[in-house]
Amino acid sequence: MSRLRLLSGPDPAAGSEALNVHVQRFGPLPAVGPGLFDAIERSGLTGRGGAAFPVAKKWRAVSAAGGGGALIVNGAEGEPQSFKDRTLMSSRPHLVLDGALLAARAVRASSVVMYIGEEHRAAQVTMARAVAERTEHELRHARLVLAPARYVAGESSAAVKLLNAGIASPTTRPPSPHEGDGGRLPTLVQNVETLAQVALIARYGADWFRSAGRRGAAGTILVTVAGAVTSPGVLEVEAGISVREVLELAGGATQQLRAVLLGGYFGSWVDASSAWDLPLDASMLRERGLTLGCGVVGFLPVTGCGVCETARIMEYLASESSAQCGPCFFGLRALATTSGWIAQGIADPSDLARLERWSREVRGRGACHHPDGAVGLLQSALTAFATEYQSHPAHLGSQVA
Amino acid sequence: MRKHLAIDRIRCDGRGMCAELLPELISLDDWGYPIIASDRVPDHLSAQAEKAVRSCPVLALALRSVRP
Repeated sequence: MSRLRLLSGPDPAAGSEALNVHVQRFGPLPAVGPGLFDAIERSGLTGRGGAAFPVAKKWRAVSAAGGGGALIVNGAEGEPQSFKDRTLMSSRPHLVLDGALLAARAVRASSVVMYIGEEHRAAQVTMARAVAERTEHELRHARLVLAPARYVAGESSAAVKLLNAGIASPTTRPPSPHEGDGGRLPTLVQNVETLAQVALIARYGADWFRSAGRRGAAGTILVTVAGAVTSPGVLEVEAGISVREVLELAGGATQQLRAVLLGGYFGSWVDASSAWDLPLDASMLRERGLTLGCGVVGFLPVTGCGVCETARIMEYLASESSAQCGPCFFGLRALATTSGWIAQGIADPSDLARLERWSREVRGRGACHHPDGAVGLLQSALTAFATEYQSHPAHLGSQVA
Repeated sequence: MRKHLAIDRIRCDGRGMCAELLPELISLDDWGYPIIASDRVPDHLSAQAEKAVRSCPVLALALRSVRP
């Protein structure tokens, strides 16, 4: 298991690191000054929930809008194949809390909310116990709010809406939660891994953060490796390492590989032959029209079927639409149904053409990026599995990536 | 100032008035929801666009001024 910074120290599988051990390893938390914003900016840290938004920019926006709203510590982790956030919360709760404390002080948040997926029981228990160990005023009053087990619940505006109105549905932007708007206070929503990285940057500085990373990328990232590998699970790796290196760290492939799903369900299928040298870094992947998302790397073996896998994922994403925007609600449903027909071998050629047209039309037409993520995945499948889509025999129900 | 069309996708109910009144810029998808071909409104369509905005029964369509 590769564990460099966030997961260095005691074996994460052994459970939560106690506060005294944490303090012994990392030392006391430094005071928050204006230097923290600069350090985060120079580190180049971007959000690790999936959108890779620059952290310093978001914090500055919240500060400029007057601060004073809630800090939402986002551990919803609704991506079905991702395990990195719950692993971090269960094993290194105090790193997350350090980052939360720094963020709350830096943006002058009025309260701290631990927003954790309702199905992530171990993480809830660990975080609640860790909060009870802390004496800082901000953390003693922190609330635990359970994120509904829905794909969109971790989207930042959905988290804010759950706190304000009791339903975890995304809202129209602008304004984004970090922007104040009229009477509304700006809310900082930040992923748990991002906050844990801040806890290290505050202690060791931007240069130290950048001392890890390959090919110009900075820092380390948590990834979840899934599919046909010897040791699937969560790894901490240097940003910018290649897909090939991740595969080696996960013990290598168990079978010959057909394709790689990069970035989870809002990510992209990449044909195995062109995947090996891709760098695991948010900005480098974006330049290539791909996404790191929340760091899921899934390996599909040649015995699997990309068309069936994609049909299964589209069915899931359609059912996870928050049903607020027509193009997402109706569009993803139609795309999932048609994907299923192709997988079952009962489609006619016009169905494939329709799938391509709808994928183009749906993009950019939701309040949040749920429809964009879903059609992005489908379009990547139509390219990576072009041959299979042209002549797909009926065998729906093949296994995992 | 340039005028741009913006749709509040949560408010939009697919009534289709906008596509009736401004077919040059707005069409409908297979479920009746608007597709904006170009969000920038040329000057000669400005009055028509304003009428489309006023006519939206759920107030989902807006014109935003954007600095060039």
